[in-house]
Amino acid sequence: MNYRMKFPKTINYATLKRKFLYIFILLFGFTLSGIAQESYLNLKVDKDGLPAVPSKSIQEQHSVYDYAGLLQEQERKLLEQKLKKYFDSTSTQIVIATVNKVNDDISLYATEWAHKWGIGGKENDNGVFLLVSKDDRKITIRTGYGVEHRLTDALSRRIIEEKIIPYFRQGNYYGGLNAGVDAIILALKGEYKNIKSNNKDEGIPLWIIILFIIIIIILLSSANKNSGGGWHSSGGGPIIFSSGGRSSWGGGSFGGGSFGGGFSGGFGGGGFGGGGATGSW
Amino acid sequence: MKKILGILGVILFIGFFAYKFFVGFYNTAIDYQENAKNAWSKVESAYQRRADLIPNLVETVKGYAKHEKETLEAVIKARATATQMKIDPANITPEQLAKFQQAQQGLGGALSRLLVTVEKYPELKADKHFLELQSQLEGTENRIKVERDRYNDAVTHYNKYIRKFPGNLLAGLFGFNQMARFESEKGAEKAPKVKF
Repeated sequence: MNYRMKFPKTINYATLKRKFLYIFILLFGFTLSGIAQESYLNLKVDKDGLPAVPSKSIQEQHSVYDYAGLLQEQERKLLEQKLKKYFDSTSTQIVIATVNKVNDDISLYATEWAHKWGIGGKENDNGVFLLVSKDDRKITIRTGYGVEHRLTDALSRRIIEEKIIPYFRQGNYYGGLNAGVDAIILALKGEYKNIKSNNKDEGIPLWIIILFIIIIIILLSSANKNSGGGWHSSGGGPIIFSSGGRSSWGGGSFGGGSFGGGFSGGFGGGGFGGGGATGSW
Repeated sequence: MKKILGILGVILFIGFFAYKFFVGFYNTAIDYQENAKNAWSKVESAYQRRADLIPNLVETVKGYAKHEKETLEAVIKARATATQMKIDPANITPEQLAKFQQAQQGLGGALSRLLVTVEKYPELKADKHFLELQSQLEGTENRIKVERDRYNDAVTHYNKYIRKFPGNLLAGLFGFNQMARFESEKGAEKAPKVKF
């Protein structure tokens, strides 16, 4: 096939187009798998000793940063779905992170962490940050400026002691975090509403749709050029597309929910001033 | 005639850039100063928050520990001293800040003594209301630390800006003075160790 490239006059445009199509599909597939496997769990630490702010696309995909690996994939996704849904209706951002150890006062460390990442909206400062430190056996709830009047320090402590720690003592991290999130949501009930469009980014991102359309156009035009049997005789192009392409849709990159596990638009720049509570189990 | 025009042009040219530089310096210095003042107001409100918790705390402790009159009174007195200290954020001098810090230290010390005596009263330690106050107090100590650090950062930023050449030549002209930073704790001011 390659030698044809060297003799421009003998180029068969249909074949060339099909070739491009394959490359395109391949690239497309790589992009998808790249998104699915983006190693967002590589904990990069900045000079200030705090974790680097994740890229915007990661912020839009994730609300649970399980650096210590305390959760099953499925558990993480369930939590992320819950947090995303809550964000969509209230604009309040709750972020969970787990680490192995904090060599510092965990309350202050988590406060600076959440402040740096800017969890919560900029105007309302409605962010909540939960940090679990596995080896220290400590969990802290950090409250943004805008939620501390509802989710007070005392209430945060009660949530930790009554809702979270009983589960943690049994080694059930998911159960504890889930119960904790429920309690936090209950405490903040009715405080904030998401006035921005809810539908935004609910489905597939725009660029994917555009890519999809481009591929279809190429497909159709190459099928036409082939003239013979249209879709069927176009040499397996569409078949590759339907099998390879669709399987990567169904295979979890999309359907599995790694999309939209975070907050559309990313973290909002909310501030944290040290409110919250810490407990150990 | 041409010469004069040329010189005038050069003067205008230099003048324009000098003006740009002056304005730029001034506006940036104002920005940094405002940031520092804003950080200061957050420091004050964090301390105020602690002061606001104290009457409640004192009442609760009184209910269980009637014999700790002295300790309780010390806290009330220290609170009164601390809340009287007000600083003009536009002009925070090292002396003023030292006084402020001393007053807050006094309150911090009295509070930690109170919390030590509480150890003698298991019923009080188990009191729900007291526990809640204790966690609010702990959160407030955290807030104080956080806001103090941020204030110091903002002041450092501002001070550096007005002290560096050539800004230092203009700072005096525009009346920008250095702002004072919190000194690191000298033991006495250590936050009451609220242990759970």
